[in-house]
Amino acid sequence: MSVTHQAITDRPRPRGAAFDPIFKWICAAAATTLLAALTGIVVLLAVGGWPALSKFGFSFFTSTDWNPVTEVFGGEGPIVGTLVTSFMALLFSLPIAFGVAVFLVEFCPNVLRRPIGVAVELLAGVPSIVYGMWGLFVFAPFFAANVEVPVMSAAKPGSLLDQLTQGVPNGANILTASIVLAIMILPYMAAVLRELFLTVPVQLRESGYGMGSTSLEVITSITLPYVRRSAIGAVMLGLGRALGETMAVTFIIGNSHTLPKSFFDSGSTIASTIANEFNEATTPMYTSALIALGFVLFLISFAVLAIARALLGAEKTA
Amino acid sequence: MASFRRARRSVASFAFTGFCWVVTGIALAALALILWSLLVKGIGGIDQNTFTMDTPAAGSVGGLRNAIVGSVIMCALAMVIAVIIGILAGTWLAEFGRNSLYANIIRFLNDILLSAPSVLVGLFVYEFMVAPFHGFSAIAGSVALALIAVPIITRTTEDVLKLQPVALRESGVALGTPHWTAIRKILWRSASSGILTGGLLAFARISGETAPLLFTSLNEQFLNFNLTKEMSSLPVVIFNDALSAYDDLVRLAWAGALIIAVAVLGTNVLARIITRERRPS
Repeated sequence: MSVTHQAITDRPRPRGAAFDPIFKWICAAAATTLLAALTGIVVLLAVGGWPALSKFGFSFFTSTDWNPVTEVFGGEGPIVGTLVTSFMALLFSLPIAFGVAVFLVEFCPNVLRRPIGVAVELLAGVPSIVYGMWGLFVFAPFFAANVEVPVMSAAKPGSLLDQLTQGVPNGANILTASIVLAIMILPYMAAVLRELFLTVPVQLRESGYGMGSTSLEVITSITLPYVRRSAIGAVMLGLGRALGETMAVTFIIGNSHTLPKSFFDSGSTIASTIANEFNEATTPMYTSALIALGFVLFLISFAVLAIARALLGAEKTA
Repeated sequence: MASFRRARRSVASFAFTGFCWVVTGIALAALALILWSLLVKGIGGIDQNTFTMDTPAAGSVGGLRNAIVGSVIMCALAMVIAVIIGILAGTWLAEFGRNSLYANIIRFLNDILLSAPSVLVGLFVYEFMVAPFHGFSAIAGSVALALIAVPIITRTTEDVLKLQPVALRESGVALGTPHWTAIRKILWRSASSGILTGGLLAFARISGETAPLLFTSLNEQFLNFNLTKEMSSLPVVIFNDALSAYDDLVRLAWAGALIIAVAVLGTNVLARIITRERRPS
């Protein structure tokens, strides 16, 4: 007996099939909440920050005058502080993360490969408040006593070094904040970079060695070109992390709203300003100024993350 | 000449190898140092009061009971919300949306949310739930945490569902099951350990989050089970105590940081064990 096409299409629909479209719509609704959440963030931050942005206009970005008493708010200090600390953190941590990732892929003895790889990935998950506390209680006093004081006393008054190191030697400054930030994003970037390097086909690397290349040449002329786009994306992801990091920075940056004039000067970032002052903001304009800062941070990190994702393409790396 | 060039190449490579070794050593040492000081100072701060008494006013004896309970309640509530939304959204992306334009937009936005600054999520929930209703609440805190967990769960759910063989989907249809029953009873079940891993990773992530809770659940001096009121949480207590000038409070903050770190690392290790059992590598 043969089964005709008619018989197949005529068979009764399975019990419960009526719920199929409903289930599909429930799933679609769940996916739409993601869209709603992101739209909500943009809209509410824009609306909440609008009073401050419209009152101060462009001077919100160019003035460092942040005075809750007279209700004059200029966000240049935190905005510049965010960019400076993030880029410095990236500068410190990129070479190290790169070295760690290369080490794990190329040079690491097999016995150590798994433990170190796992350790790096686990450390990427340590909450930032732990790094913040370490920065505040261990690193800042150490840095003040062993780096700041000697360097500042060694610098000739008026010299370039003297200008770059002016400030109060208490360990709370943009340099220490950047270093803590760098330590914090280091495991994350190393883990992502290692994942990327592992996507390079072994045959490609082995053929490089077979041609007589040294390890360095294999890295620079085979591995790096192979993952170039994605590696830049991974770096941007690390930058995105540093930009939005709140706790590790808040503890140690010193929280002043002026433009940092030297490496040992205290500063602030957008996230640290919001975390410190939001609950103390008593006037609507104060709250609005903080939300406007948040809106700026959102725009910056959205741009960075969007570029990162575009570069990483459809790859599953994070 | 040739030998000179060869020497230069191997010296450069040797130097580079050395650089990688040294740098890895420095990185691991720095991170070990952080964990070490956390362990020493944290254990020094833990005593029997830590788990049995509420957060103290400066100068009096106290513990972290209300903060621990608050953190557990808010994380649990956040996970319930996030697991439901995350799994359904991930299922939609993998099974229904696939490569449609809308699915790609959602996927992109999910990636953005995955690494969006958490302090902004806190601000958003403040504007969305706290300001209109004139009150900080544990529910608002949970929603903020859920917003951070959902993208993680969505992403892992989609990824593991895509790994399931097509034959598995066809087998369900061949048996005459409705599509949604096939998804529930076959796909979700065979992907369960992967989804569980995603859930654990999300839990580990939100249990250490501080910034989103600062403006949503605020803090509360005493043990509280009312979800519509302020509720204390470990990260917020750590934040407040660490910046206070009192040694007792700083000691408590270290104890709290150690508890969080142990919980987060433990969850991560658990997730790793589950993943390894699934596909040995």
